[in-house]
Amino acid sequence: MSEHPIAARWRAIRGGGRGGRGAPAGAGRAALIPYLTAGFPTPALSLEALRRVAAAGADFVEVGVPFSDPLADGPTIQRSIQTALDQGMTLPGVLDLIRRAALEVPVIIMTYLNPVMAFGLERFVGEAAAAGASGLLLTDLPAGADQTVESLVAASPLALIRLIAPTTTPERLARAVQGAPLPLAVGFGIGTAAQARAAARLADGVVVGSAIIDALGAAGTSGGPGAAERLVRELAAAVHEQGATA
Amino acid sequence: MDVPTPGRFGPYGGRYVPETLMAALEELDRVHEAAKRDPTFWAELEALLKDYVGRPTPLTEAPRLAAETGAGVVVALKREDLNHTGAHKINNTLGQALLARRMEKRRIIAETGAGQHGVATATVCARFGLECVVYMGEEDMRRQRLNVYRMELMGARVVPVTSGTRTLKDATNEALRDWVTNVTTTHYIIGSVVGPDPFPRIVRDFQSVIGREARAQVLERWGRLPHTVIACVGGGSNAMGIFSAFLDDSAVALVGVEAAGEGLATGRHAASLGRGRPGVFHGSLSYLLQNADGQVQPAHSVSAGLDYPGVGPEHAFLKDSGRVLYEAVTDRQALDAFAALSRLEGILPALESAHAVAWVLAHRGAWRAEDIVLVNLSGRGDKDVAMVAELTGGAT
Repeated sequence: MSEHPIAARWRAIRGGGRGGRGAPAGAGRAALIPYLTAGFPTPALSLEALRRVAAAGADFVEVGVPFSDPLADGPTIQRSIQTALDQGMTLPGVLDLIRRAALEVPVIIMTYLNPVMAFGLERFVGEAAAAGASGLLLTDLPAGADQTVESLVAASPLALIRLIAPTTTPERLARAVQGAPLPLAVGFGIGTAAQARAAARLADGVVVGSAIIDALGAAGTSGGPGAAERLVRELAAAVHEQGATA
Repeated sequence: MDVPTPGRFGPYGGRYVPETLMAALEELDRVHEAAKRDPTFWAELEALLKDYVGRPTPLTEAPRLAAETGAGVVVALKREDLNHTGAHKINNTLGQALLARRMEKRRIIAETGAGQHGVATATVCARFGLECVVYMGEEDMRRQRLNVYRMELMGARVVPVTSGTRTLKDATNEALRDWVTNVTTTHYIIGSVVGPDPFPRIVRDFQSVIGREARAQVLERWGRLPHTVIACVGGGSNAMGIFSAFLDDSAVALVGVEAAGEGLATGRHAASLGRGRPGVFHGSLSYLLQNADGQVQPAHSVSAGLDYPGVGPEHAFLKDSGRVLYEAVTDRQALDAFAALSRLEGILPALESAHAVAWVLAHRGAWRAEDIVLVNLSGRGDKDVAMVAELTGGAT
């Protein structure tokens, strides 16, 4: 069985075996993982933003499928999701976007369970992988929440990415990682190069969402992808210097 | 009713929440289970229900409504409207405030639609000296100024919610976001039998006092069980509260009445069980009003308390099992029932409860003499008077 694209990518970034905190110190650099809401600020600009952000130093890209009730997201991403929905973005639309973007870095689909259930979970994992996605992060599916869903994703080409939180108990942490030395990315509230640099000292990867969405939305209609690209370039420089020089 | 998988009612329920909340849900489950087995917990809750809330609530025979319903039929109203704060909501907020105290959480958050649950939460927070923050849609705040002021009088902070539809569903999203951020210091008192496990069980347990009292009162007065028990269903807490005592009485028909709004065919309704399909929303799997893409659709009802696109997972299970019949009545029928109960019995029902009365009026002739029809009058209608006057062209 060939190596999963996400594992291969981590190995390339971190060096050594599977990467992760178990990897030798200084074995490689940290990864930058930008988040983009599919369809924001418009479907066309979203495609351009995906391509430019991926080319500006992203190691993975998280693509958000809009859901009407994004209770795990802050105000900036909520607004971007509403904008995307108002312009008719749907799950098939997101898969089409991923297919057309044809990114060289692994794509992780981030969403909530309901749009995936409505599409049909089995059909989703197949079509998402065919569109070029490598991973799936369901913010409202904590480890152990639904054996049917978890088994189905586990048997699919998509890697199921888990979230852990400061409140996660040791028992739940063990359940989420299942003994494997998984790479650990840090996210939520990271938006500047200084913050990204600090986070990259502690983790394998750094996820940035709202700051990129802000850049995409604030630069006027057509300037968004360029502004997001500049921010990602800056963040990538900060994140990538960590580890490489350690 | 016990179910095989913890936190599940058949396939429904579960804990579909951000990981951040899992530890708090596990703690809440433990504290609730321990409290259920602790006689001192019940002694304190029962004393407060008696002396602070005014329980047991009366069972009132409604002879003139009964005469409209059929010759010799007995109609009995379970008077949750006579609770302190005017609705059944306080049965739950009081119980959960006691759980919060056991968890040493001194900050309480809640969501509210019409404001009844918000008022009941603000009330118990004042009683126990807890900090209280209530999330309320901006649109609902505008429609329910008086309840906003009531909450503020009792020391609560009411936070306007401007996202999405600016109503109950978005207020719930915002309360869940607050909880994710402040979970170590904060307890979320959810207002209905919805949300992630263990909330649907906790809220049902605290509301089940309605059914226990009503069943005993009916048996004491008439020496037999009711033929039919009727309750309105939004999230479904008053209905679970009264149904829970009768689930094992297979001869007793149970009817949950949803809001058909402007009519089921118009799409402008709140009939999650009647017209929705299963989906994951606000932490649990249940029937949900959603479009083909899995986006949650706005609900509509003249009654703000029923204006919710989801419904408690235990109702989903009871619908599939056939134990409870779920039907819907329109805004128009509810307004007519509001007027009818006021005129016939001198009782102004909440518009939510008026849906249950409307179902009875729509089924005149369905019962035989001596049949007992038990209606859960979940709240009083004072909060709705101004809006009813506006809608029906009466004086304001």
